[in-house]
Amino acid sequence: MTVAAPLVPTPRPVLRERGQREVFCGLTGIVWLHRKMPDAFFLVVGSRTCAHLLQSAAGVMIFAEPRFATAIMEEKDLAGLADMNDELDAVVTRLLDRRPGIRTLFLVGSCPSEVIKLDLPRAAQRLQAQRSGIRILSYSGSGIETTFTEGEDACLAALARSAPGTPAGTDAALIPELLVVGALPDIVEDQFERLFADMGLPVRFFPGRSSTDLPAIGPNTRFLLAQPFLGETAGVFEDRGAVRISAPFPFGAEGTTAWLEAAADAFAIDPLTFRRAIAPGRERAKRALERHREQLAGKRIFFMPDSQLELPLARFLATECGAELVEVGTPYLHARHLAPELALLGDDVVISEGQDVERQLDRVRAARPDLTVCGLGLANPLEAEGLSTKWAIELVFTPIHGFEQAGDLAELFARPLRRRDMLRI
Amino acid sequence: MRLAVWTYEGPPHVGAMRVATAMRGVHYVLHAPQGDTYADLLFTMIERRGERPPVTYTTFQARDLGGDTAELFKTAARQAYERFQPELMIVGASCTAELIQDDPGGLAGTLGLPCPVIPLELPSYSRKEHWGASETFYQIVRALCPAGAPRPARERISANILGPAALGFRHRDDVREVTRILELLGIEVNVVAPLGASPSDIRRLPDARFNICLYPEIGDEAARYLEKQGQPCIRTVPLGVAATRRFIEEVAAVAGVDPAPALNHPDLRMPWWSRSVDSTYLTGKRVFIFGDATHAAAAARVAAHELGFKVCGIGCFNREFARDVRTVAAELGLEALITDDHLEVEEAIAAAQPELVLGTQMERHTAKRLGIPCAVISAPVHVQDFPARHSPQMGIEGANVLFDSWVHPLVMGLEEHLLTMFRDDPEFHDGAGASHLGGHGATASTQDPEPAAPSAEAVAGWTAEAEAELRKIPFFVRGKARRNTEAFAASHGLATVELATLYEAKAHYGR
Repeated sequence: MTVAAPLVPTPRPVLRERGQREVFCGLTGIVWLHRKMPDAFFLVVGSRTCAHLLQSAAGVMIFAEPRFATAIMEEKDLAGLADMNDELDAVVTRLLDRRPGIRTLFLVGSCPSEVIKLDLPRAAQRLQAQRSGIRILSYSGSGIETTFTEGEDACLAALARSAPGTPAGTDAALIPELLVVGALPDIVEDQFERLFADMGLPVRFFPGRSSTDLPAIGPNTRFLLAQPFLGETAGVFEDRGAVRISAPFPFGAEGTTAWLEAAADAFAIDPLTFRRAIAPGRERAKRALERHREQLAGKRIFFMPDSQLELPLARFLATECGAELVEVGTPYLHARHLAPELALLGDDVVISEGQDVERQLDRVRAARPDLTVCGLGLANPLEAEGLSTKWAIELVFTPIHGFEQAGDLAELFARPLRRRDMLRI
Repeated sequence: MRLAVWTYEGPPHVGAMRVATAMRGVHYVLHAPQGDTYADLLFTMIERRGERPPVTYTTFQARDLGGDTAELFKTAARQAYERFQPELMIVGASCTAELIQDDPGGLAGTLGLPCPVIPLELPSYSRKEHWGASETFYQIVRALCPAGAPRPARERISANILGPAALGFRHRDDVREVTRILELLGIEVNVVAPLGASPSDIRRLPDARFNICLYPEIGDEAARYLEKQGQPCIRTVPLGVAATRRFIEEVAAVAGVDPAPALNHPDLRMPWWSRSVDSTYLTGKRVFIFGDATHAAAAARVAAHELGFKVCGIGCFNREFARDVRTVAAELGLEALITDDHLEVEEAIAAAQPELVLGTQMERHTAKRLGIPCAVISAPVHVQDFPARHSPQMGIEGANVLFDSWVHPLVMGLEEHLLTMFRDDPEFHDGAGASHLGGHGATASTQDPEPAAPSAEAVAGWTAEAEAELRKIPFFVRGKARRNTEAFAASHGLATVELATLYEAKAHYGR
């Protein structure tokens, strides 16, 4: 094994802060989830602010008849709850009649809908009873419950709860099955599928490209998380008897190797077969990384919290690109899922969870890192102060997992530094 | 409950942010859940500001809702004061905090901060962005320029420019243009607000002899308040040649100066450009106009009287100021479309079949989908409409800019048409694609982009010969030609459209 994954989390000090958090809410997850599941529609029940946020986050996508929308609550809706449910039913009816291709409807809770305690799970049940052939689910993407990528977690958890179980007592229930969990770009999913096939290991993905054809989840399920932010989803899988395969996340040549190897080990794949299957991809990834290593080696990098991808990405930059980590912030640190990552990070790396944005910016200014990974609200202001930045959202929208994307991933961090060196204005 | 994908306006607290961000020395403490900080990126990315908006959010989460959200607000306000030492603080709630009813104004009052604190009541479930901006600006002016204060002497001839704000469509450059006109007339600018003004500047507003309200959506409420305190207000928005001239005359009259130095300024090239023979083909071009009320109404007059277009549709998304749009619509024999539902606007555009659309970012995309040339005249706009170059809409240079930016897409459309006409030539085959319509031009050359005729009775079969002839008509008027011909055929009881029918209809409807 190239990268060792310890079984117990290493206890280490984590800087925990509370205060103003400069982060997105979970509604933002809709922007990439609706593309992953072309037969699903996401209806946010919220305020004008929610619609405005989605519009700002989705950018130009909003003009392409996207499969998401907001049911904007108005003054009259707030007058009485009975009205609100009728109104919601009317909106859903109109929507489903207009979009007959929709197979799954997600009712997505927001801060306002949760503060007034609008019961969306019950609304989903009620609407489900009126509509056969369409699955109606609900989850919360509100800022009070979820931070950015946690919206995907909440969505996939709702989907996992509705997935079929393996029929007990049958032979099928006894044969272990591998599931990769987390929405990945189609191209990345295909690459992983080929790698597993080369090892002779059949795999299914959750969510797949269809919201209706869901894999069964049961005690025979072995699942491998493709994303670090899937705490609740993993919980639902485990409640249904599925067993998680602990691994670092598949970023970079080494991260991807370790991730694949954890699965291969769990399914007792012959090590020779494993190495033969991954060797070409791993070599290509290493070659692609070479070009960026020079740019990134020794560079001091500061991660502000955004997506929970920070720890695995920082590990990739440190171990495979030779970068130095000043502080790695994450909105939430799932110690168990990230144990293999934490083990690979040097003990001297400051890890912070949560945020008090002003105090964290003070630390950024004091440290003057070579590169600060942060949100779009902070990036230009920091650039104006003479600090190079990499805006974090791109790391969620761009294919970055796996061998073939390792070079692109390094490039995302190297480019702002190269640009800083190029400009003479 | 209203189903929405795209909204023309954000919530009212975004309007308040636009005022706070425009000003100096102001800090806004906003009681809001985690996630509402998304609005920061409108300013840092779309307007490309190099500093964070002066807003502190409480960013409460579910675990805070037990009862200490009020304490959270007080802590945030206290810390924001200590860190930023603003001259003035404004406090308020976003939509979610409005529901938990913590009373930011009262809470901030108990802190006894050593600066004025203005509480804002912005009803998120009934009002929108522009209203929020207007109300915030008005509250600031009211608090810092109390009614009944003794009037200053106002000996200098000076004016305030009211309304420009952060995230305003071309506000930066409009201010420069209007300032230039005032300079030509020998009038001093006392204060521009809220853009660039500090609270102490706001206190100096009463020193000016009169006010100029450039953007009624944001400045009118404050202007009316100051009017009651004895400051007259110029309300003509100098957008287009005639309006700019009228503006100059009104300003000169109020100030008691000679308007001549600003009228017919040599830099005003637009009237000659429009009269030059190259512009003849613009005559009667059908244009659909949509945007905020101020820009839509002004654009309609420019289009009709200064470019010789035929306005075939007009509307705005902000009901509060719709009166101007209704007036100009009546002048032009149209009915105004007042809606904030972009699908309704799209339907109206498709039905009107214009040759040019003037609108917001949304209409730009609608027009692109329909294969119609388009120019942007109003917020909401995207990053490309916060240009690096000087690009006003108002005043002398503004008129020049309007001419260039509206005519350019038509010239491009004409180029497109030439390509289509020559599509059978080896150089210009279908696969060569379009130059600016993102592939839609190529589509237009192979199939008509226009929807089928709307009424069943108008449907008539076309002979192959007539159909082939129809395809020779420029794609951007082809839909109208098809519709007119079919209507003509139906009214004459013809079952099929033949080549002759096409030309008979053309003669009948003759443009």
